[in-house]
Amino acid sequence: MEKLLNEDVSKQIKQALQPMQNNIKMVLFTKEGGCNTCEETKQLLTEVEPLNDKISVEFKDIDMDKDLAESFDVIDVPTFVVLNDKDEYRGVKFQGIPAGHEINSFLSALVFMSGLDLGLDPKIIERISKIDKPVDIKVFVTLSCPHCPGAVSTAHSLAMLNDHIQASMVESQTFFELSKKYNVSGVPKIIINEDHELLGNQPIDAFLSEIEKL
Amino acid sequence: MFNFSVEKQTESSEFDQVTLWDLLIIGGGPAGLNAALYAKRKGLKVGVIADEIGGQLHNTTTVDNYLGFKMIQGEELSNTFLEHVQALEVPILKSVRVLEVIHLNPDYQLKISSGKMVTSKTVLLATGGAPRKLNIPGEDTYANKGVTYCATCDAPFFKDKHVIVAGGGNSAVEGVLDLLAWAKKITIAHRSQFRADQILLNQIKELDQLDINLETQILSIIGGEEMTGIQVLDKKTNEKRIIQADGLLIEIGTEPNANLIKDLVKTNMRNEIIVDQNQMTSLPGLYAAGDVTEQPFKQIVISVAEGAKAALAVNQYLQQNYKGEN
Repeated sequence: MEKLLNEDVSKQIKQALQPMQNNIKMVLFTKEGGCNTCEETKQLLTEVEPLNDKISVEFKDIDMDKDLAESFDVIDVPTFVVLNDKDEYRGVKFQGIPAGHEINSFLSALVFMSGLDLGLDPKIIERISKIDKPVDIKVFVTLSCPHCPGAVSTAHSLAMLNDHIQASMVESQTFFELSKKYNVSGVPKIIINEDHELLGNQPIDAFLSEIEKL
Repeated sequence: MFNFSVEKQTESSEFDQVTLWDLLIIGGGPAGLNAALYAKRKGLKVGVIADEIGGQLHNTTTVDNYLGFKMIQGEELSNTFLEHVQALEVPILKSVRVLEVIHLNPDYQLKISSGKMVTSKTVLLATGGAPRKLNIPGEDTYANKGVTYCATCDAPFFKDKHVIVAGGGNSAVEGVLDLLAWAKKITIAHRSQFRADQILLNQIKELDQLDINLETQILSIIGGEEMTGIQVLDKKTNEKRIIQADGLLIEIGTEPNANLIKDLVKTNMRNEIIVDQNQMTSLPGLYAAGDVTEQPFKQIVISVAEGAKAALAVNQYLQQNYKGEN
């Protein structure tokens, strides 16, 4: 199969991953018999793994590794989670391939999961730490949307900083039925706990204001 | 397609350390970033506060009228600007909004959404514009249910569908070009004649799937759960009719993001900030540049130039006219 990342792009990714602090692991769930974009997602992760020695990848089957999939709330494929250096799931998930503009949220997730300081304002960190209810954030994206990676990274930052929060990028075309369920026809569309929604790339305090209403 | 900008959400440390800035720039688009570059080179203590770097550059797939780049992606141009500014180590506070600008005479205090307050001798508002709405019945009802303002973001949702593009300027024609790969039919509905560059019009003149309706005013958006069409007035025949369609891309220009200071300074009827030849507003020390100002030609190169002009004028103001303690 032709490589997804040419030499120039691989070099840029390598550079973007340089600030990585500790090891991280990506666990990708696909399905026997394949699925829409499963192969491409597997290939992307395979090509990114050698670009930094702190990255490792595991490939699982959603049916054969059912218990593991359930432990990460993985319900459809292709989906991958990013684990920290202790193999802990911190709520950072991608449903669909993070290609196109989403390469930015993908690389951000790897770098910040590795322990690089998110650089958030202490007052914002304090607000995040006070969230004590389960929060599920879905950020619906298209791969041609330049405003979307910002929204995904913000959602992932919240998840990394609070165990009650999990956040997922959802690629709208691959997860067409899910997009239909949430009436997605414009992106980024952010769904919090099923019935709270935000449109557009929102700053972190807008996410927090919505979450604090729950 | 692969443009990387893996950065911290915010870089708060410098904003905690500096107690009085020379210049704080609100906005991370072309005007704001170029002002930062020019101010830093003058030796000013300058910082940028932006909820999103790049501004409206992110709404453009390709830019082909910026001197030096025959064709470049909007996001790539934005990253090129940002890299240049970052090379000079200008602190940038990202993903936050400025909630209020308070005039302390002669200084300014900015209240930021994170709860922080920062003070500066001068402020430059470079907040650009947001998509202008048609302000017709159905527009809010069908927002994101067929109605969109971002072709690059939402084009995939119009696969094999019929999309109407409202507008006749460069953005509208670029919107048509963005939709080409997805929509099975595109209809332009514009209330007057084309204002777009001839070079862009040449690209759409022989498209089979494009229907052009000029002198056609959109009166309302109709539908059930989703939009199903628009009602228009044909200004040549003065007759109303319905155009059935699945989507409507609205590209009719921008509204200035001027709310932060519009009650502090003079504005025109469109709420655009009125500035003098040095980009200063009616309040000394408060500047504005780019699409938020009243200059009529909303172009990247003009915003960039206005940012430079503002920074140089700020430097001069601080040396000659600033009434506070230097």
